Amino acid sequence: MLRRRFLGLVCDVAAAMAAPGLMAAVARPDSVIAVTVRKFEFVPHEINVIRGREVTLAFTSTDFVHGFNLPDFAIRADLVPGRTTEVTLRPTKPGRYLFTCDNFCGEGHDHMAGVLVVNEA
Amino acid sequence: MNELDRREFLKLAGVGGVVFASGLAGCASYGTAGAPRDFHFLQLSDIHWGYDNASVNPDFKGTLPKAIAAVNSLSQKPDFVVFTGDLTQTTDDAKLRRARLKEFRDIAAGLSVPKIYYFAGEHDAALDRGEAYQEFFGETLRYTFDHKGVHFIVLDNTSDPAPILGAQQIAWLKADLEKLRPDQPIVVLTHRPLFALYPQWDWSTRDGQEAIDALMPFKNVTVFYGHIHHEHRHATAHIEHYASRSLMFPLAPVGTADKKTQVPWNAAAPYKGLGYRDIDWRASAAPGITDLPAGKA
Repeated sequence: MLRRRFLGLVCDVAAAMAAPGLMAAVARPDSVIAVTVRKFEFVPHEINVIRGREVTLAFTSTDFVHGFNLPDFAIRADLVPGRTTEVTLRPTKPGRYLFTCDNFCGEGHDHMAGVLVVNEA
Repeated sequence: MNELDRREFLKLAGVGGVVFASGLAGCASYGTAGAPRDFHFLQLSDIHWGYDNASVNPDFKGTLPKAIAAVNSLSQKPDFVVFTGDLTQTTDDAKLRRARLKEFRDIAAGLSVPKIYYFAGEHDAALDRGEAYQEFFGETLRYTFDHKGVHFIVLDNTSDPAPILGAQQIAWLKADLEKLRPDQPIVVLTHRPLFALYPQWDWSTRDGQEAIDALMPFKNVTVFYGHIHHEHRHATAHIEHYASRSLMFPLAPVGTADKKTQVPWNAAAPYKGLGYRDIDWRASAAPGITDLPAGKA
């Protein structure tokens, strides 16, 4: 219960950070980052996380069953509007890892992508 | 026609191009499609009719007609032409989608060849599961045909928003393959790569490995696809996979750009990277593959 409450608080903060116009977000240790998904963008589209720290990406799609595909982590998910879809990972190697929407969603689909940046602690 | 004859023919035809040979093993026997015979066909791909970014292709309305004129000028006609998807540029406007499909169909009808095969790309079919596409091109999302001893299989990995074949189509494929002998020459035509070329740029088919696994027992299989808008060759064991150019805009290969990038028009080398493909199928040797330019300045 306490963990849920903690995650909820962090999620609210992260959601505020992910407001439209803010292009990058940084994860706190053991945190949740909210990502808004809509045609044809992830907001934020650059997500900074820390090597060795578990992080949950909480996606909310507003308009379509977009896809989230992060091949280097063998993670993908369908992002169904009206619900939050969470994926959790613990990155072990610094670097820039591309992710993309892999459900064809319309005219701007080919450019709907982002990058997960894994930083040293 | 041997390779030297072919090059001479292309030179005479005035189209020129980059020639490379495939590593496909030849076949000496045949299966249910009859005795293999030599022939050639053309692959035209990724037309994206309706695309209008002049900085990438200022001749966006002229490139396809130029390619059709070049094909029609060939002194030796291909047995057939196959369009391997993305006939049109996608649009969220269903009425405009139909207008583009109709316009493309009418222009392609100007090809003076014995037969034209079509199938869809995601730009044509993903947003409405192929409904509009099939109004103009019939039930041609997936199908098979036989030609001079070769069994052709068209696989649909684009009419679902997800880049998948789907369990039903995999079962359909397996049922079709069950009828064939292991030495039956097979050509698979599809839009997206069946293998995971670069999923980071959506260059893959999520369940494509299942199709590759089903094809693996057959010793003479070649896959031709589009989607990535440049030449590419890859082997999964003995199965060769070839991507062709686009007739609208090139895409930068993996490793040359940090994101999926349309290559801008080069005024010093117009139409560079655009074109279509001649496949010289031989019954007893590897096919000759020739990439031909889309047009001239």
